[in-house]
Amino acid sequence: MSFARRVWAIAWKDLLAEWRDRESVTAMFYFAFLVLFLFSFALGADQALIRGASSGLLWLAFTFTSVLGLGRSIQGELENDCLDGLLLYPAEREAIYLGKLCGNFSAILVVEMVTLPIFAVLYNMDLWSQLPKLMVIAVPGTLGLAATGTLLSSMTAGLRAREAMLPFLLFPLTIPLLLAAVRGTEVVLLGEPFELAVPWLKLMAAFDTVVLVVSLMTFEYLVEE
Amino acid sequence: MTGRGIERALGLLAALGLLAGLYTGFLYAPPDAVQGEVQRIMYLHVPLILVSYLAFFIVFVASILYLWRRRERADAIAHSSAEIGVLFTALAIAAGSIWGRPTWGTWWTWDARLTTTTILLLIFIGYLMLRALVDDHSRGAVFGAVLAIIGFLDIPIIHMSVVWWRTLHQPPSILRPGPSTVAPDMQVALYTNLAAWMLLYGYLLAKRLRLEEARWELNRLRMESLG
Repeated sequence: MSFARRVWAIAWKDLLAEWRDRESVTAMFYFAFLVLFLFSFALGADQALIRGASSGLLWLAFTFTSVLGLGRSIQGELENDCLDGLLLYPAEREAIYLGKLCGNFSAILVVEMVTLPIFAVLYNMDLWSQLPKLMVIAVPGTLGLAATGTLLSSMTAGLRAREAMLPFLLFPLTIPLLLAAVRGTEVVLLGEPFELAVPWLKLMAAFDTVVLVVSLMTFEYLVEE
Repeated sequence: MTGRGIERALGLLAALGLLAGLYTGFLYAPPDAVQGEVQRIMYLHVPLILVSYLAFFIVFVASILYLWRRRERADAIAHSSAEIGVLFTALAIAAGSIWGRPTWGTWWTWDARLTTTTILLLIFIGYLMLRALVDDHSRGAVFGAVLAIIGFLDIPIIHMSVVWWRTLHQPPSILRPGPSTVAPDMQVALYTNLAAWMLLYGYLLAKRLRLEEARWELNRLRMESLG
């Protein structure tokens, strides 16, 4: 079996397990909805204020919700010693990391796509005409979030305070990514020229590259024994 | 006991250096022409932050060494240096804040360098919390090393993002820290304090490493007595 197929096998396992109970994705989506819903109380009815803050709110909702999914994804591996079974699987450690990453990335992206229409309705935004551009921003943003989260959640999984530790580590590290995603989304939502988003796209590309390279080089140390 | 000797020497030099730093900072250097006496905080703030950057760089290098060679000592250096780095960064930010109130008119501003430094502090507080929570020592060391490497490499990206964020968001700040050319007397005070804080860092690191060695010794003795 080729490397790509081994990665796919692990990702497929995660996605299939998720599809069968849909627990994580449902919880994540509901949480994202709640965050967006609650934020509208903080902002009141001021339309200008809402427009200005909306991209930030959207990405905060995505970030909070991805923490939920990332934690659950690795927690599932710890139950019934699934992680040990996974490590026995004849694949490179890099393939396991990439497989988990694909699973997490897809789950978060699906939740984002379901959240967007809710966001459009609650905050009175026209998203449909902008959807392709929005995807250009959302994909690298989500990839960086999932890549960092997959690495960090494999550290925090066995800890007593895992629910708290994952965001403590994830949020400060992903600040540049979130800033870039928020600014990029702002450019799209406010209808500014798309060139303004290009430096932010480059920044996300740099972030994703650094995280992916370091993760691939170090993941084997994290799951050894 | 040469380690002990080095530690003592560092401690003595650091104490003398800090006294000299106090003298040059408070008495020898003239008050700033624009900022007045409050500028003297810089003799504390600048050395603290420079030594913290050094400390985090040492965490980064020691972490790579640990993953590569698996020497307990490299991990002990990384962990100890991170502790001192967090302490010094927090002190530097506090000192800067006290200086910023009369000079910039605010305790806090979302200045690019200040924001980056704060994020750096948050990342390494996370590092210390992670190390404290992982019961298995060697696993904690590996986790810490990976986190330190990714955190350190993240710093230039963080800085770039924060600089862009500020410049794209609002006009360039009129608040600029002190004059770029530092008077000779002030340089003496600055470098004396820098040397003193560097020595203090070395002293604390040596002391912390000796504590770690004592812990290993204790573990070894415990293992021996248990058979």
